[in-house]
Amino acid sequence: MTVRVMIVEDEPYIVESLEFLLSRDGFRVTSQSDGDQAMRDILNDPPDVLVLDAMLPGRSGFDILREVRNTPAVQSLPILMLTAKGQQSAAEDAKKSGVSLFMTKPFSNAELVDAVRRLAS
Amino acid sequence: MISANLIVFISLFYVALLFGVAWYGDRQAKQGGGAWLRSPITYTLSLSVYCTGWTFYGAVGSAVRNGLEFATIYLGPTLVFIGWWWFIRKVVRIGRNHRITSIADMLSSRFGKSNTVAVVATIAAVIAATPYIALQLQSVTLSFEAIVGGSERLDTTVAFWAATGMAAFTILFGTRSLDENERHYGVVAAIAAEAVIKLIALIAVGLFAIYGISGGLQDVVDNAARALPSLQEISPPRWVTLLFLAGAAIICLPRQFHVTVVENSSERHVATASWLFPCYLFLTSIFVLPIAIAGTSTMPAGSNPDLFVLTLPLSNDNDALAIFAFIGGFSSATSMVIVSTIALSTMVSNHIVAPLSMWFLSQQGTGRSGDVLRVLLNTRRISIGLILTLGFVYFRFTGGSDALASIGLIAFCGVAQFLPSLVAGVTWQGATRSGALAGLIGGFLVWCYTLLLPSFEGTLIMSADAVAHGPFGIEMLKPQGLFGAQDIDPLVHATVWSIGLNTVLLILVSLATRQSILERLQSALFVNAFRSEPAYAMGLVQRSAASEDLFILAQRILGAGTAKTMFDSAAREQGKLTGLPDATPNFISRLEQELAGSVGAASAHAMVNQTSGGGTISLDALMEIADEAARLMATTKALELKSQEAERTAAQLRAANQRLRLLDSQKDEFLSQVSHELRTPMASIRSFAEILESTPELDDASRGRFAGIIQSESVRLTRLLNDILDLKFLEDDAQRIPSHAIDAERSVDKALEVTEGTLADSPARIVQGRRCGQAQVYANSDRLAQVFINLLSNAIQHNASDTPVITVETRKDTNTYFVEISDNGSGVSATDRDRIFEKMVRGEKSRGVGLGLPISRQIVRSFGGDIELIDRDGPGATFRVTLPLHTPDEAP
Repeated sequence: MTVRVMIVEDEPYIVESLEFLLSRDGFRVTSQSDGDQAMRDILNDPPDVLVLDAMLPGRSGFDILREVRNTPAVQSLPILMLTAKGQQSAAEDAKKSGVSLFMTKPFSNAELVDAVRRLAS
Repeated sequence: MISANLIVFISLFYVALLFGVAWYGDRQAKQGGGAWLRSPITYTLSLSVYCTGWTFYGAVGSAVRNGLEFATIYLGPTLVFIGWWWFIRKVVRIGRNHRITSIADMLSSRFGKSNTVAVVATIAAVIAATPYIALQLQSVTLSFEAIVGGSERLDTTVAFWAATGMAAFTILFGTRSLDENERHYGVVAAIAAEAVIKLIALIAVGLFAIYGISGGLQDVVDNAARALPSLQEISPPRWVTLLFLAGAAIICLPRQFHVTVVENSSERHVATASWLFPCYLFLTSIFVLPIAIAGTSTMPAGSNPDLFVLTLPLSNDNDALAIFAFIGGFSSATSMVIVSTIALSTMVSNHIVAPLSMWFLSQQGTGRSGDVLRVLLNTRRISIGLILTLGFVYFRFTGGSDALASIGLIAFCGVAQFLPSLVAGVTWQGATRSGALAGLIGGFLVWCYTLLLPSFEGTLIMSADAVAHGPFGIEMLKPQGLFGAQDIDPLVHATVWSIGLNTVLLILVSLATRQSILERLQSALFVNAFRSEPAYAMGLVQRSAASEDLFILAQRILGAGTAKTMFDSAAREQGKLTGLPDATPNFISRLEQELAGSVGAASAHAMVNQTSGGGTISLDALMEIADEAARLMATTKALELKSQEAERTAAQLRAANQRLRLLDSQKDEFLSQVSHELRTPMASIRSFAEILESTPELDDASRGRFAGIIQSESVRLTRLLNDILDLKFLEDDAQRIPSHAIDAERSVDKALEVTEGTLADSPARIVQGRRCGQAQVYANSDRLAQVFINLLSNAIQHNASDTPVITVETRKDTNTYFVEISDNGSGVSATDRDRIFEKMVRGEKSRGVGLGLPISRQIVRSFGGDIELIDRDGPGATFRVTLPLHTPDEAP
């Protein structure tokens, strides 16, 4: 069974590159650019791995992260968080909120795919 | 035996002589001559009013009974004049500066010109001094009877005529006028003459005792131990107490204060007196022991040692010397009574009658010239009569009893109650009116209770039983053994309790109460007497009055002539040839000072204030004369101000710090934003570059698309960097944008053209509303176009609507050009409204470069205009650019 990865990201080019990379690696990829809609999608039909941008219009990536961790049904969903804000504090915040993995943009394609693979297994 | 008639005749002759001297002295003074009257010698001799009939006769008696103890009465003042002459000089300086008329006036003036203080002090002085006057009458009577060998019982007629004679003298020479600062040259001349006579008389008797009776000095010394066994006995507590009381008396006794301070004509005289007066006292005391020794050796047992001075020559048939001795004693008594009654009557009339008569006369409506003067002079005459009558009555009913014998020291202890307030008054600025009153009243009551009342031995108020066992049998309250004190000499006991309580109350109440402004002023002037000018010269008190009213007031108190002289001289000083002087604050204060010399500080202050209204005291001037304490106060105040200032500075710093922290967090946010804005396109670029590199099998279409993305994201990066640099440039060098008179409408046109060019495959469209067509502004057309392009592209990019519609409208009024760019998007949230013009801040729900608005605002502001987000009905946001219109004749 193919692993489903959901990308929550509002930068269309990044979504495009992520979809390309992950589908090439055999994942089934969906994407969503709005935070609120993404949260609904997660609850309706939880993916196997979530790739989450920190800054989103509507609900931010951190909000989604916390909400997921507080919702029993999807509590253990593996989440890879991406952020373009280069501060250390963002990584710490994310860890505290229960992120599985955390990467800073720009990222290395290989590392990113590797991270998703690890989360999927 | 000497006949009574001879003695009466000689006494009358002597009194006539005194009248002559006094009259001569007054006349000389009035004619401006009589330098001897103002000489330090006369001043010092007048101080000898200290040596009364009690000391003249009684010292010998005291030596017989208590040995050397009599010497303390001379040693106390000697120590004060030698060791504390600076204190006396200060009191004298204050007395002259403030025209002090009595010790009561001194205390009153110091404690805020309080009439209450003056009244309390006056009552205390009268109570303490009246028995003392009676003592003098007794000494005259006793000596008269001794010399004429009269009956055993005291003949009161002698005392009566003596009192009458002294009253006549005092009224005649002591109440001639109220002006001249209470100086009575005639009286001073007379008492100086008496001082010489009583000294010579005592020396004569002393020499007679040594060489006429005892057989030389050696004989006197040899006999000393046997004749006066008490010579060996010295009671330290009593010695200390007596030294203290005598020292206090030399300045606190009303008559001593009068001759030392009020009658003083030059401060320098104090310097002379500081050695000459001790010499006088030394000469007075040196013959006491030889007389006492000769008396006890040769006089029959049971003879009164208090009269040895008189009876020694008598029993040795030296009538001439006996008569001389009698005159000496008479001199001592009369000079004391005369000066005492002058001092006391001054107090009574200034502090008790003057306030009453002021009230009474003010009830009568307008006063006449000199009416207050007349009332006061008459009061003074009547008080002299009354005080002497009081003394006489006192003598009549207690005469001959032991009550009188000890009254000298009792009086000393009574007037010593003035000492704490006096010393504190001139050395401690913190002493307050309430403190002085509490001390005076407390000390005086204790003195009455522990010393005065018991001295009546049960005949006045307190029964003998109450004195012996305490009132109602309460031992704790035994007058001569308060709170269990036992076997203490009554004088020591009373002195310790009264002075102790007085001092403690003065200090504690002073610390607990606050001074009025006038008190503070007076305290500063008193304590800094040597460092400050007379108060009137400094314009401390600001008052205004009509010169006419002041003149009327002055006439009422000083009399027409004196008032006119004073006002004329003041007018001349002000440069006026005719008419009254201007009623400047200085003049009013000087007038008050002048009146104080006649009626006392409290009354003068009240009278002048009645005419001028309360007035205010200049705090600045007050501060100037303040001493260390007040300076300290000022410093404290300044420090307070400084600390307030420091607090303000700290608040400013806090605000600045907060602003800095805000700026810092804005900077952090800016960096974070920049980071985000840079990293996002870089992420795409890197990701696609890696894809291109690692995917050789990629089809051409994808390859081309990915390369295109890399290219466009690179452009986005470049634009971002340019914006950052541009903003930096604008912030630093906004003034350097080259500007000209341009048509702003053309810049709008250009912006529209450029923006529409980018909309080829976009659903968005731009609608032109009303345009004003032409608007001259002073600006840079390219920069202005950049602003409009920014606003237009913001409106398009951040528009969530499916069919974005941007509306552009322009208009102008007389001075200003307006451009409004509205969109049909979701608008700007309330929280964003204030922030969107900050660097790198974007709306929470929007994307894109956050520098457009800050750059645009910076540009427009450099042209003297502004950009704002305005409220509009309906959805969407409206940005309004305003620019001042440029009129060609106006310089840029």
